[in-house]
Amino acid sequence: MIELVSAERCTGCNICVAVCPTNVFDPAPKAMAGALPTIARGADCQTCFMCELYCPEDALYVAPEADHAVEVDEAALIEAGLVGSYRAVIGWSPQTAPRRRIDSTFRLIKGF
Amino acid sequence: MSLKPDVPATRAALDLDADVLVLGGGPAGTWAALAAARAGARVVLADKGFCGTSGATAPSGTGVWYVPPDPERRQAAFLARDTLGGHLADRRWAMRVLDRTHRSVDELAARGYPFPLDDEGAPARGSLQGPEYMRLMRKLVKGAGVRILDHSPALELLVDAEGAVAGARGLRRQQGDDWAVRAGAVVIATGGCAFLSRALGCNVLTGDGLLMAAELGAELSGMEFSNAYGISPTFASVTKTLLYKWATFTEPGGAAIPGAASQGGRSIIARWLARGPVYARLDQAEPGLRASMREAQPNFFVPFDRMGIDPFTQRFPVTLRLEGTVRGTGGLRIVDESCATTVPGLFAAGDAATRELICGGFTGGGSHNAAWAISSGQWAGAGAAAHGTRQRGARRGAAPAGTVGLRAGTARAFDPQEATRRVQAEVFPFDINYFRSGDGLHAALGRLDGLWQSLRAADAAGTAEVVKAREAAAMTAVARWMYRSALARTESRGMHRRADHPEADPTQLRHIFSGGLDEAWAAPAAPLARPQAELAA
Repeated sequence: MIELVSAERCTGCNICVAVCPTNVFDPAPKAMAGALPTIARGADCQTCFMCELYCPEDALYVAPEADHAVEVDEAALIEAGLVGSYRAVIGWSPQTAPRRRIDSTFRLIKGF
Repeated sequence: MSLKPDVPATRAALDLDADVLVLGGGPAGTWAALAAARAGARVVLADKGFCGTSGATAPSGTGVWYVPPDPERRQAAFLARDTLGGHLADRRWAMRVLDRTHRSVDELAARGYPFPLDDEGAPARGSLQGPEYMRLMRKLVKGAGVRILDHSPALELLVDAEGAVAGARGLRRQQGDDWAVRAGAVVIATGGCAFLSRALGCNVLTGDGLLMAAELGAELSGMEFSNAYGISPTFASVTKTLLYKWATFTEPGGAAIPGAASQGGRSIIARWLARGPVYARLDQAEPGLRASMREAQPNFFVPFDRMGIDPFTQRFPVTLRLEGTVRGTGGLRIVDESCATTVPGLFAAGDAATRELICGGFTGGGSHNAAWAISSGQWAGAGAAAHGTRQRGARRGAAPAGTVGLRAGTARAFDPQEATRRVQAEVFPFDINYFRSGDGLHAALGRLDGLWQSLRAADAAGTAEVVKAREAAAMTAVARWMYRSALARTESRGMHRRADHPEADPTQLRHIFSGGLDEAWAAPAAPLARPQAELAA
């Protein structure tokens, strides 16, 4: 489930609020400089990782545990290279764009 | 909050007229909206979440039933699944879907989908990565001039004096107000029902569209084919099962479980899970294949990488999450080639519609379901455009048709969380839903009917709870059609297995239709003539 909105990285753009299919976030108030979206309905998170993919700052972390909340340590996650890792692997980070074409399902499923 | 559930909506905060209203913004809904707009209709698409991330496909990815236009290969593709599906599929529909899917996937390539090249340098178009696919579909839909309403769950359909659908209304949950769309035709593309099991991407799929359609009298078909369970690590949401082809399943002591497998041995996993933990390790995958597995299904590995587990060398506990009708095949009954339902002006597409026409009583998800969403979406969209544009200028009524959770009852509070728990207690357990028997189904149905009556008598839910209340009502309705249909099929066929009727009965080669709310029903349709079944016999 979603566990982290990084205060250091988040710019308050509220894209995550728009794209979350289960409406987990409340937006950062526009009037407040430096405000962040909040995880307002964490229990509704379906652990689909879509918010991470759409976050242009790699400011979000969805923990793999789907059924309950867990504590996360932002510094340790960043150190382990896990924040933004999924966006990079599918080629949605600017640096990894060629990966968009590496789907190799054809090697796993032979044709009909 | 301006929504007053008890009062017919005259003007909503966002009040629109359209030729076609599409409910649901996954693959089926986006293809439907695109086809309707291309046919010249004014189209509104409303999604409960965000069109582009909502539904089972966007966070996942899918194989596609993509077969080149070679009659022999297409016949083989049809027959490959026909026996698993219990011979209920219709060859003519399968060929139609194969044809439309092939052309549509080629269109995706032309529109910029980044298909890879295979080892011979040819484009490989047999699979779609969910995030890429649905981001592109949103772009195409917007480009076609469709108005998208995100975070706008529909609460109920609108109906005219003749009983034809006339639009829908719902909430704009991020604005805190409401919407209404008067439309000449409506496409239900709200997906299947996975009962909030947290299977990947499935928690928006609660059967809402099936409930709304049934409130107008729409019929369903094949709801007994609704007990698909997907394998996931116990801790995770990722119910992608392809890679378990290379798994060894073990019991706690470490011994391999005889017969346990993702394909053809999943029921054995369920039987062992009823007793204790089951573990998996992808140790059948040659090291040379592992990079390809990561490239094919990056999301499969996200939970492992984050838990510090190497799934090729370390075993991990697995479970089965119910995917209900998402990987089942039951849904709204289709009555013609435009994917019309039994209600005038109401069309159905994707997992909200029955997929028995192309794969009978079994689908592994992906592949056929993806092809069906692409094809049925376009047919429903075109059908709705033709119907909807004919209603332009007609003076029609548009009365709200919703029932449970929306209208005043006996002033008892509607508790969606409690209702959801009670439905899940009837549909999650393997000994009720996976391994079915007349006694077990009867007992569960009695409890579900009691739950429906209590929801029916409860007061309208408040605006803060009304979406979850309608979801709970929809799941209760779906479970009741499932088990009535399962009782009506006194045999085992497709994914529907009856312990008390373990064999297929040749006289039951027919669909089971269902419907109704306070008086829910299921009944066998006329016997089917299926030459392929005779050939197989």
